[in-house]
Amino acid sequence: MSAPTVTSYSEPSAIGGDVRRFVALTVTLAVTDFKLRFFGSALGYVWTLMRPLLLFSVLYFVFTEVVRFGAEVEHYPVYLLASIVLFTFFSETTSRGVTSLVERENLLRKVRFPRLAIPLAVALHALFNLCLNLIVVFVFVLASGIEPRLSWLELVPLIALLVMLSTGVTMLLSALYVRYRDMQPIWEVALQMLFYASPVIYVVATLPDNIEREAMASPIAAILTQMRHALIDPSAPTAAEAIGGGARLLIPLFVVVGLFVLGAWVFSREAPRIAEHL
Amino acid sequence: MTDTPSQRAHTLRQAPPAVVVEGARKAFRLPHQRYSTLKERALHPFAASTYDTLRVIDDVSFQVQTGEFFGVVGRNGSGKSTLLKCLAGIYAVDDGRVDIHGRVSPFIELGVGFNPDLTARDNVLINAIMLGLSRKEARRRFDAIIDFAELHDFIDLKLKNYSSGMSVRLGFSVAIQVDAEVILIDEVLAVGDAAFQRKCFDEFERMRAEGSTILFVTHDMGAVERFCDRAMLIEKGQLTDIGAPDEISRRYSEVNFGHVSAPDPRDEQMGVQARVRSLWLEGPSGDRAVALQQGERCRAHIDVEFLDTVAHPAISVAFRNEVRHTIFLASTMTHGPLGIFHAGDRISVHLSFENWLAPSRYSLTPVITVWDPDERVIDKKSDIASVIVEGAVVTGGVVDMPTELEIDG
Repeated sequence: MSAPTVTSYSEPSAIGGDVRRFVALTVTLAVTDFKLRFFGSALGYVWTLMRPLLLFSVLYFVFTEVVRFGAEVEHYPVYLLASIVLFTFFSETTSRGVTSLVERENLLRKVRFPRLAIPLAVALHALFNLCLNLIVVFVFVLASGIEPRLSWLELVPLIALLVMLSTGVTMLLSALYVRYRDMQPIWEVALQMLFYASPVIYVVATLPDNIEREAMASPIAAILTQMRHALIDPSAPTAAEAIGGGARLLIPLFVVVGLFVLGAWVFSREAPRIAEHL
Repeated sequence: MTDTPSQRAHTLRQAPPAVVVEGARKAFRLPHQRYSTLKERALHPFAASTYDTLRVIDDVSFQVQTGEFFGVVGRNGSGKSTLLKCLAGIYAVDDGRVDIHGRVSPFIELGVGFNPDLTARDNVLINAIMLGLSRKEARRRFDAIIDFAELHDFIDLKLKNYSSGMSVRLGFSVAIQVDAEVILIDEVLAVGDAAFQRKCFDEFERMRAEGSTILFVTHDMGAVERFCDRAMLIEKGQLTDIGAPDEISRRYSEVNFGHVSAPDPRDEQMGVQARVRSLWLEGPSGDRAVALQQGERCRAHIDVEFLDTVAHPAISVAFRNEVRHTIFLASTMTHGPLGIFHAGDRISVHLSFENWLAPSRYSLTPVITVWDPDERVIDKKSDIASVIVEGAVVTGGVVDMPTELEIDG
């Protein structure tokens, strides 16, 4: 066997000594969850799609027909859908991530297991969903007559940043939830607030100038604004323009990196004891 | 696996101990009131600092040699499962050192993470990856796993349609495919029927023959004596004994059943005229014993003190089995009147008998009765001692009187 003949004991940790095993576990958990969602119900994948689409339909109706809001935004429906899909990734990862460790209690208490595989699998599962939802977004984009451009590739680093942000928050919340069980309702409310505080149903440019810059400190706002510029409307302001200078983009970037480092630190500090606090 | 037997024997001798535990400690904090929400934290900012510390493992040190079949025994809550979880890398020890050489496979629970909504095929692959196989290896060994479990016809059936026995078989088949050098077993064998248990032990024997080290946590003294090379006894988180399996098994029986239980409050009105001061059994050597071999001559020793004048008491010991039936009453009654005793007299009564009780656990209740004019109990101490009768054969009867065989014809 190619397995190492001598391994030494190590206490439970976030990643464990064997990176390949860690990756295999994360992927397996995510694929299993995905499969269960997919095949567990009659409509399967349609349900994953339905949530953002229904939310989109409601918001679209309210903001274009009732309050007549989206008129001054070019391709408002496309922006609305794309931003909802991206925000859904963030909210899905974090809200399912919070309780993920506790839900996988049977694994954590029964097998030697790199702890981080569990929240990461949640993020990976959400990423699969995001990829499927993006197909629909692109269908909408093309249907509304937007020409494919090279700048669409900017979506890749933007999504990477979003993944990093979501993972950081998830690591932090899931580790805290083991000790403080009210993390979950708190985070539910926080997500609601974030939804309206982020330019999902509006665009940053419609905010008054002084608030616009402050709002852009949020990495979600920065990502969505840049997404609008790159994907939908090249004449829309870039994230750098909206925040008032490229150097200032370091602020949302710092938030992303900071949350990720904080999350990783808290998680790895808690990892050896997670099984007994469950 | 390509080593010749002599090479393997050589490496076994040269090999370091498979498991080294030195001064391991593990304590769980039990807060007096558990504050598990931020709100409670905020309302009682200082209150959460009081907690009890439960020492589950307290300064345990031992070594297991490579290739050994090692038993860990102890009562419920003695810390043996926690110890195993520390070895398995599920819990971290607070203090001390734990070293394991080799790939570990914990059989702490079979089929961990089995999902009832997935087919057996999917579950096997997932479970194998969780236990440490790579995806490729898991797929390659899939057939061997299904072969061992004998579930060819059911591989595409969802697990929720499996019987519990089938899923245990499946779980076990996956677990043994993980080439482990150190195998930790936590009473998984308590499930499954006798044939399955037999198969499990055969498999462990095979693994040991291939040089694996096995740590086995159990209550089943029979299994310890049959399979283990050495065993250790844990009591309240401390290692109390380590040695040959039969020795440990005997010690376990003593610890488990030899305790004197608290007196029954109903007995309070007793003991005015006379009282039983102590009771124990002696084995054939004359030493106090808590376990007796069937067929041995033994003796009940009862110390009685009189507080008043008592004429012709009868002093007896009732042996009750686990379902609370009195199986045997060793009594002075059958030996005639004892005479008259006065306040302050102290006597020791010895009743010898040949022990033909069926192998089981018995509780002992001493009773003093008088005849004036009815039978009246003047002292009784319920279940103040107990004894285990050990024997080779379980016949199903409550006594196993010796028989002689003659066949004519």
